[in-house]
Amino acid sequence: MSVRVGVVVFPGSNCDRDTTHALALAGAEPVELWHEQASLEGVAGVILPGGFAYGDYLRAGVIARFSPVMRSVAAFAAEGGLVLGICNGFQVLAEAGLVPGALLRNRGLRFLGRDVRIAVEVPGSPFTRLAGPRRPLRMPVAHGEGCYFADEATLDALEADGRVLFRYVRADGSVAAEADDPANPNGSLRAIAGVRNEAGNVAGLMPHPERASEGLLGSDDGFGLVRSFVESAAAAAARGTPVLAR
Amino acid sequence: MSTEFRFAVNVLPKAGILDPQGRAVEGSLGHLGIEGVSAVRVGRRVELTVTADDDAGARATVERLAGELLSNPLIETYRVELLQATSSTSSTSPMAPGAGGRR
Repeated sequence: MSVRVGVVVFPGSNCDRDTTHALALAGAEPVELWHEQASLEGVAGVILPGGFAYGDYLRAGVIARFSPVMRSVAAFAAEGGLVLGICNGFQVLAEAGLVPGALLRNRGLRFLGRDVRIAVEVPGSPFTRLAGPRRPLRMPVAHGEGCYFADEATLDALEADGRVLFRYVRADGSVAAEADDPANPNGSLRAIAGVRNEAGNVAGLMPHPERASEGLLGSDDGFGLVRSFVESAAAAAARGTPVLAR
Repeated sequence: MSTEFRFAVNVLPKAGILDPQGRAVEGSLGHLGIEGVSAVRVGRRVELTVTADDDAGARATVERLAGELLSNPLIETYRVELLQATSSTSSTSPMAPGAGGRR
């Protein structure tokens, strides 16, 4: 039986279908979770997809943070449940304090929709275990507020603890600069494209692995990340925890 | 007796936080032929009315709203400003400019 993975749908989410499609390709049973419901329907992992939840009014992700489903996602995360936020989902997780830092307006002020390259910094994590051989992964970004920010002490701690999951890199694999480097699309500090929480079960990234999950889409470099999540969720389900009944 | 308190919450990026909007505004000043302007920061202002029994109760509501929703404490600071208090029996009493400002 395939593992059930939840995909939260906020008003304004627009990558939920892409995400359920990629999850199904990876052998999971995707379960759409409406923002007004508190039940997570017994899923073994939750993905917050990209989009513009609640119109991105006030600050991207902040209003979504207070939705009924997010209270349940926070409880699920606190019990060790696997949660991944992609793009707007990352912004929601950051606003909710479930991952460290904040996503600021892109340094160049423009909304960017194009391919970037990222390096997997922690190959053995639940989110990256099947990412494949170490090489830059090519996948799209599509955001206006993706400039990763945390104070210096937090950045140092994230690096020391192996909590920086992804960094923007150039085609040759070298880490992108913070400013004036097209390889770092939004000017993220230390070229950080994705991080995880202290316990290691909640992660967010700005690029879209689900939109790079089939050759037809121009790149399947992201599919290893989708498969990693599905396999990790299946392992959690097999352990019987932390899949919650609510 | 309840009173309607009109507040403004002024939210700004923290000192030292990259503010590309502020930089863009600053960069445009040359086109206007304006000199001597620096350190432009762009934030947002939210105005709202709170109905409460007293000033302290109204402020507590606004402070909570400002800290939890209207600003992100990691990257922004806010300042609550009382603009006006209108009680149900007395007439409007506009505040003197700056009188209500409080961190």
